[in-house]
Amino acid sequence: MKNWRHQLGIIIPVLVVAGLVLWPVITGNNLNRETSFTILKAIALASSLNILLGYTGYVSFGHIVFYGFGGYVGLYFVNEQGWSIWTGILVGGIASGLLAFLLGKAILRLRGAYFALATIGINEAMKAFANNFDLFGGPIGMVLNFSVYKAYGGAAKALSMTFFIMAGLTFAALIISHFVRTSKFGLGLLAIRENEDAAEVMGVVTPDAKTWAYVLSAIIPGMVGVLFFFKNGHVEPPLAFPLNSSIELLVMVMLGGLGTVLGPILGAFAYQGMRGYLVTSDFFKDIQLSVSGVVLLLIVLFIPAGAVGWLRRRIPALRRVLA
Amino acid sequence: MQQLNLLLTSLPDGILLGFVFGLAAMGLALIWGVMNVINLSHGPIIALGMFGTFIFFIRLGIHPYLGIFLVAILGLLLGVFIYFTAVHRVINSPHLSSLMATFAVNMIIIGIGTAVFTTSPYNVDFNMGSFRLGSTTILGTRLIAALFAILFTGGLYLFLYKTRPGKYIRAVTNNRAAAELMGVPSTRILALSFGFGTMLAAVSGGLIATFFPFSILSGSGYELKSFVISVLGGLGNPIGALIGGLILGVLEGIIPSFLETSWVPVIEFALFIVILLVRPTGLFGVKR
Repeated sequence: MKNWRHQLGIIIPVLVVAGLVLWPVITGNNLNRETSFTILKAIALASSLNILLGYTGYVSFGHIVFYGFGGYVGLYFVNEQGWSIWTGILVGGIASGLLAFLLGKAILRLRGAYFALATIGINEAMKAFANNFDLFGGPIGMVLNFSVYKAYGGAAKALSMTFFIMAGLTFAALIISHFVRTSKFGLGLLAIRENEDAAEVMGVVTPDAKTWAYVLSAIIPGMVGVLFFFKNGHVEPPLAFPLNSSIELLVMVMLGGLGTVLGPILGAFAYQGMRGYLVTSDFFKDIQLSVSGVVLLLIVLFIPAGAVGWLRRRIPALRRVLA
Repeated sequence: MQQLNLLLTSLPDGILLGFVFGLAAMGLALIWGVMNVINLSHGPIIALGMFGTFIFFIRLGIHPYLGIFLVAILGLLLGVFIYFTAVHRVINSPHLSSLMATFAVNMIIIGIGTAVFTTSPYNVDFNMGSFRLGSTTILGTRLIAALFAILFTGGLYLFLYKTRPGKYIRAVTNNRAAAELMGVPSTRILALSFGFGTMLAAVSGGLIATFFPFSILSGSGYELKSFVISVLGGLGNPIGALIGGLILGVLEGIIPSFLETSWVPVIEFALFIVILLVRPTGLFGVKR
């Protein structure tokens, strides 16, 4: 029984996400399922980003590139080659991981803002490339052949299936995040975050550790991309590589708390919830972006550690519970 | 031969635009150089400059080239205001904080701008005629915009090298702690530099508005261009940014003569990444 106390760091996040998955299942409401899907997607992406951003301390502004690239590759195989969605997701994840590996070898040498700038450049270069790449349909993108859904028992069935796959991917992201945080590898990443040169002196092979952190943070977004575009039915360059969504992910991680497992979950909840409220409210809908901006600014200026970091500092008893 | 002709027609235009883009990038590079902050509100401020020209000219009937000075003053004040509300508290924090803070400003401006102007495109109906140069036609508005860009660059250069506040700015760029010990009022200088950065962005936006249609969202494209340019010219090297702008303008003029135009951004961003990797101080950057 002593053991589960140590595992609280993963139990609470898993319970939160499980609740989110069960909510539409219990209410049986399709609208709730869509809301839940959006939040799950945000959690999976933000948790993945957190491995690089929160643990390793590298600011990736263009993380959405892995989502878009994986999505494109996966959808290409599902749509044009007739592969199943399962292998499509797998291929998308592998493609994104491979891209991250190659990119990581090159750009992870850059530090601080230079790295952030390079990731913006990569996202934009990729978007412009997809615009010109005929295999991926150029500027029009790819439209999923409707008959693809037949293999999964029609569009409605396929839609509910994507929800559960999304849930599975979110759990996978959480578990990766937790294991990285508690492993020796993760300790090395945290050391890099605090002081890269000192970490190297202490025996962390920083180029390798950074590259693997980058790869780990890229795989799940690639898979989510395939799933989302499969559900969405089509993919086009602006949809696949939206720089703004990339920054929204940073906002979520920042809101919840950098470098914690629970943080990105809370951040995704809070951000999507706030956005959902602002977009639909009569009073705020015209200036919803400004209100989000003000909230973000206040958090950056006054609670830079995010919700989880703030709670941990204020209430020491929570330090065991919130990881 | 046909390609050479195409090159000759598109090159002068590219160069003229390059000056204006370089002016915007100069603002970004100045802020980066002085305080190590990447200003993510750069794009919306360019867009605000565009709307500045629009309002002064269409609504108030002020001549655009007179209005540009009003845009400059407002841009300077806005920058100082942004500095004290959003940037000052995070100036010594890790990069993520200042990136997020300026991005929050970006969201606020775009949100208010969308509410006021909607996202539909605007156009300043303004014409300065055109003249022929060999086989190519040059629009008067673009030539004057390029001249204004050179004027503002020259002004900035004189300010940085000949006046006391300008020397303070360069001192803070070099080493803020040492400058403070020498009695430089660093907070005021940082605010002033941020103001100059946004001023240059707003002015370039105001100039662009005289020949391109625009919306409140069109700033982001120019912001990305500014990133590329300031990396070409060396982040933190404002004068180099003008040369970076010229290089970009020339590239945009040359590439379409042997590749489809849609490949231009691919090459630009690939170049951007390569330069970041090989020479992060830029082509003309000094070692920091």
